[in-house]
Amino acid sequence: MLTIKNLKAKVEDKLILNGINLQVNAGEIHAIMGPNGSGKSTLASVLAGREDYEVTEGEVQFLGKNLLELDPDVRACEGIFLAFQYPVEIPGVSTVNFMKTALNKIREYRGQPSLDAVAFLQLMKEKMKLVEIDQSLLSRSLNEGFSGGEKKRNEIFQMAMLEPKLSILDETDSGLDIDALRIVANGVNKLRSKNNATIVVTHYQRLLEHIVPDFVHVLYKGKIVKSGGKELALELEAKGYDWIKNEMELV
Amino acid sequence: MAKDNQVLEEITSKEYEHGWTVNLEADESPKGLSEDIVRFISSKKQEPEWLLEWRLKAFRSWQKMVEPKWANVKYPEINYQDIIYYSAPKQKAGPNKLSEVDPELIKTFEKLGISLTEQKRLTGIAVDAVIDSVSVATTFKEKLGELGVIFCSFSEAVREHPELVKKYLGSVVPMNDNYFAALNSAVFSDGSFCYIPKGVRCPMELSTYFRINAANTGQFERTLIVAEEGSYVSYLEGCTAPMRDENQLHAAVVELYAMKDAQIKYSTVQNWYPGDKNGKGGIYNFVTKRGLCAGDHSKISWTQVETGSAITWKYPSCILKGDYSMGEFYSVAVTNNYQQADTGTKMTHIGKNTRSRIVSKGISAGKSQNSYRGQVHVMKRATNSRNFSQCDSLLMGDKCGAHTFPYIDVENSSSKIEHEATTSKIGEDQIFYCLQRGIDEEAAVALIVNGYAKEVLSQLPMEFAVEAQKLLALTLEGSVG
Ligand SMILES: Nc1ncnc2c1ncn2[C@@H]1O[C@H](COP(=O)(O)OP(=O)(O)OP(=O)(O)O)[C@@H](O)[C@H]1O
Ligand SMILES: [Mg+2]
Repeated sequence: MLTIKNLKAKVEDKLILNGINLQVNAGEIHAIMGPNGSGKSTLASVLAGREDYEVTEGEVQFLGKNLLELDPDVRACEGIFLAFQYPVEIPGVSTVNFMKTALNKIREYRGQPSLDAVAFLQLMKEKMKLVEIDQSLLSRSLNEGFSGGEKKRNEIFQMAMLEPKLSILDETDSGLDIDALRIVANGVNKLRSKNNATIVVTHYQRLLEHIVPDFVHVLYKGKIVKSGGKELALELEAKGYDWIKNEMELV
Repeated sequence: MAKDNQVLEEITSKEYEHGWTVNLEADESPKGLSEDIVRFISSKKQEPEWLLEWRLKAFRSWQKMVEPKWANVKYPEINYQDIIYYSAPKQKAGPNKLSEVDPELIKTFEKLGISLTEQKRLTGIAVDAVIDSVSVATTFKEKLGELGVIFCSFSEAVREHPELVKKYLGSVVPMNDNYFAALNSAVFSDGSFCYIPKGVRCPMELSTYFRINAANTGQFERTLIVAEEGSYVSYLEGCTAPMRDENQLHAAVVELYAMKDAQIKYSTVQNWYPGDKNGKGGIYNFVTKRGLCAGDHSKISWTQVETGSAITWKYPSCILKGDYSMGEFYSVAVTNNYQQADTGTKMTHIGKNTRSRIVSKGISAGKSQNSYRGQVHVMKRATNSRNFSQCDSLLMGDKCGAHTFPYIDVENSSSKIEHEATTSKIGEDQIFYCLQRGIDEEAAVALIVNGYAKEVLSQLPMEFAVEAQKLLALTLEGSVG
């Protein structure tokens, strides 16, 4: 589904991604871990098409298309979804209205007719249940005055609504209480299918107990320096990043 | 970034949609302004002597006045002798029925999306259409007449209801109130008149559409709305003008008069030609709008969506004379390219326990300048009065300006004033968030801007709200911090 080859990206002349290689197939869950500032969010942003980052080398294939050539909104329509580490507020625009606009744009891109109000509402009700989110929250201005946890849950609600092929969850677990973590993880698991894939960026093994990854990668200084199965996360939790840093220094 | 800026420029440079002229034969006065011209206009309209005298008095005051320069707008000296003060689309003396209206005119309005043919009209909206200076048709007159509601052109009101006009004309905006009001009082050619009798709740929206068509003409219309005790009316005003290289002057006066327990809701969607991308042409819009809450518990609400005009100078105001009366001002003012807007309101609290609420949302793009100017004056005897003001500015791009000039003057200690102001930019983050959900840049900006203006737009009657949203999206869209 997603093939990243030797991806390098910089921002303001600072090289942040320094040769990423990654293969994600349909049905898989990949976890990306790594110390603060190692480039995890940058990778997510580059995949989503944020313009602040300049790709200097490498290529990214997504479902047979050259992803780097597509505008960010087209990438979204093609099925890439990013659950933001810091979701932004849009005053005066409710989540309902926002999702209605987004969903219909995506449908339009796919040549499907717009959903009418009734069908939309029905879909919304169904997805609300999935992530156990309250309708009153969805009627409020998007993310405005939402608690940290509510913002994250709202991101997962949006993911459920848009049914992306590749979801990238950037630290969706941070700021969630224990119950919310379970709910969000349940949501992700229920949405999982053999046709979609998920990249989970996280600092904590905790989340990976609920969303069990097929692969765990460690990002360090803009490179994937170690990959393994779910036990790698446990190892990291126990040892911290120093042993990896040391290993790197030795190399 | 660079690409966003480009998109911004592309979108914000959308051509003005209503910029066409229609070949209508016009009956015009010669250029320039003098007592003779004032007499010419008055006689063209076969006005009674008292009205001519009133005009002449206004003209003489105007001659002694100087053009105000305090607003935060810049424009070349206006040559008042180079303007045509009267231009009427030529047609056989005043149509009384719709069927007598020049079909070209009807077509003009249909292009604007305003159908004057009653069977096709928007449900529940009575329309008075003013082209250049003359009112051409008022729909739904009979139906309103059954309730005693008078809704007609100003000229007709002068003919048919002189006692009402005489009583209220200039009662809220005196003929010598300010430079532009005096000018209007001297040369106004037509406009709308509306009278709601005691206890009547006007069952439909009353609406006037103004259009300037002829070149070199100024448009000086007057609107007068009188709401008797316990009555209610919602009134809508829309405006367009064709694209022209020269600037055209528009100086209107609107007077609202609300008796005890009466309520007047006045909504404007102003879309005069703003000039081209380089700031050439466009309407100079110098308007005096004022409402008098004369009776206790009366209420006047102004809602405006200002998207057009090269220059806007406009402060819809409320004089809260009756005890417990209430004034509201909801405004969205958008400026783009080289547009300049200096707009706001004035709330004068005279009665006890009076309340006012101001919500102003400025949006500036391109190289435009957008100023909010508001005055809240609570007089000594207006005890226990309240005002709340919220003035927000939204900037798109970094070449435009937003300014806020609040003046607050409270003469007693039991009253309470709250003022909040914010300035924000459409963030790249907000745009990217939308893009990431599949919403393209144009739609993203429309969404964000409409969200920002929501509190004001939600004050508009449904039909207008939709139109206003589209206008906002059309005028702007595109962003970046
Ligand atoms: N717009 C920017 N301008 C300058 N530096 C940037 C910018 N965006 C990211 N960086 C830098 O790039 C590096 C990687 O940032 P990134 O946000 O990708 O890290 P991260 O791995 O997600 O960290 P965290 O675990 O703290 O979320 C950091 O040093 C950060 O300061
Ligand atoms: Mg991060």
